[in-house]
Amino acid sequence: MTDLAADKLPPVTGPATAKVETPLRRLVAQFCESKLAVFGLVLVVVVAIAAILAPWLAPQNPYDIAKLDIFDSKMPPGSASSDGTLTYWLGTDGQARDMLSAMMYGLRVSLLVGAVSVVAALAIGTLVGLVAAFFGGRVDSFLMRCVDIQLSFPAILVALILLAVLGQGVDKVLYALIAVQWAYFARAARAAALVEREKEYIEAARCLALPQRRILWRHLLPNCLPPLIVIATVEVAHAIALEATLSFLGLGVPVTEPSLGKLIANGFEFLMAGKYWIALFPGLALAIALIGINLVGDHLRDILNPRNAR
Amino acid sequence: MLVFIIRRLMQAVVVMVVMSALVFGGIYLVGNPVAMLISDQASEADRLAVIRELGLDQPIWQQYLTFVGKALVGDFGKSFRAGEPAMRLIFQHMPATLELAVIAMTFAVLVGVPLGMYAGLRPDSLSARSIMTVSILGFSLPTFWVGLMLIMLFAVALPEWIPGWPRLPSSGRGPTVDILGLKLSFLTAQGWLHLLLPALTLALAKGALIIRLTRAATREVLPMDYVKFARAKGLSERRIVGVHVLKNIAIPIATVTGLELGQVIAFAVVTETIFSWPGMGKLLIDSILLLDRPVVVAYLVVIVFFLVLLNLLVDILYSVLDPRVRLEATAR
Repeated sequence: MTDLAADKLPPVTGPATAKVETPLRRLVAQFCESKLAVFGLVLVVVVAIAAILAPWLAPQNPYDIAKLDIFDSKMPPGSASSDGTLTYWLGTDGQARDMLSAMMYGLRVSLLVGAVSVVAALAIGTLVGLVAAFFGGRVDSFLMRCVDIQLSFPAILVALILLAVLGQGVDKVLYALIAVQWAYFARAARAAALVEREKEYIEAARCLALPQRRILWRHLLPNCLPPLIVIATVEVAHAIALEATLSFLGLGVPVTEPSLGKLIANGFEFLMAGKYWIALFPGLALAIALIGINLVGDHLRDILNPRNAR
Repeated sequence: MLVFIIRRLMQAVVVMVVMSALVFGGIYLVGNPVAMLISDQASEADRLAVIRELGLDQPIWQQYLTFVGKALVGDFGKSFRAGEPAMRLIFQHMPATLELAVIAMTFAVLVGVPLGMYAGLRPDSLSARSIMTVSILGFSLPTFWVGLMLIMLFAVALPEWIPGWPRLPSSGRGPTVDILGLKLSFLTAQGWLHLLLPALTLALAKGALIIRLTRAATREVLPMDYVKFARAKGLSERRIVGVHVLKNIAIPIATVTGLELGQVIAFAVVTETIFSWPGMGKLLIDSILLLDRPVVVAYLVVIVFFLVLLNLLVDILYSVLDPRVRLEATAR
């Protein structure tokens, strides 16, 4: 009965004004102060729309081999397809895929891999970090030693070795990315939880004799999340970049489901032959996505950093 | 101090054993190197002979034990592909990678520290803001992307657009000069040209990082009492910045530079593949793609050893540069 009462208490609010300044509203206002960050957000939204709506927006389905005409391969930007139905605004690649369509589908793979791996790594890392901070002692030192060891290795090497062991495929890339990233979240979650653990509300929850599990999930976790979410935005960019790198090296996604990195790798072969568009356009798309996410993440970190609070 | 070093080395040994076992077992599970090594036309007897010669007919645990026993005396087996001892292959390719990494890191420090200090001293000026914005680009873009764009620009586009523009080489290492048995390319003009693009590629991301770090450190140091005191003494701005500030920001910069050298060597894997630079990174990728197990494991052992050594050196250097740091306290 006691823990019911404790959780159902209305939140303590300041004196109500005409327009209540909620934390979210303040965040949005602060975010919009930086034009660069808003620009980044616009980039992210455009890229996300292009990726999500690719099956409806793309002029061609690049996975449907029946639709590809081999005579159309390596055509420069702006040329018309040989059957005259479609214009290749960004040219075609070595397999006669329309670059624009291939890029939109590639973006889908890249963003999906980035987002899924970060969410999974966030979940695993937060769990480990919270458990380490909450229980302390031997559990803590063991878990953090694992994190330290992992973080002392460059991410690319860990991912390369894992892929060498696991083999190719989108799911394998996901495992490798999760394995690379969880440690960052674990460390950040532990740091946040160590601070939060000492605060009064946790003490209050303990005094109410709430079960440990409840304190951990309902009190500690929600208060540790904001810094982790900021890290997660930047990590999505890292994950996308790492996946692109692995695919570029030939160890990532298979040829049948090319991500942006794979498309760039395909184009790299033709670069010296002057067929620049096969590598350049997916490269630009990748850059736009990464820069957008980083601009947003960078600014979010600035405004959520308590040291910069006004 | 000694306890600290011994502890770190022991930790390194544990890491090396775990990693080598993982890779050994993992690569064993992934695929059969014999299929890649022998042509389809080879007879069954030839196949079996090769398998026996490589020791692949024994159970996996026995192969691993044999491997560990030999590894302890420095024998990591022969490369399946080249037929040479794996360790010798690694050491043959190592100077190229180290040369690339050191030169890239030097570029990064030489450009990053002055720009970062400038941005830290005048944080609100337009040029400082543009430096910071460009530095976001520097580390949000993946290495392979930067390399690709540099090739596109300097090896393909510019020589085509502007007649007479020199076409920078984008693959290979150029002529090398032997010094103490090491082949180095930074001593010849052609070698420098070959080094330029790959080193620039690696330096860009690290330079961006150093800019941000230097700026943050400068901003932290500026409001300190000793800087104020130096100003009060009437020292010239040049001396304050060049001596008082620079000395104090040197500690974090040196630490990060040391640690990042390990990262640069790891990311050389990517750069070397793009520029066909004959270093250990390219060797690793080729070996992974061909399931050349001994070389992958040997690379791993070397790189783990190297990273641990680097971390250790940085920690020691840190305590030398900053007497306030006690190693025992951080060793835990």
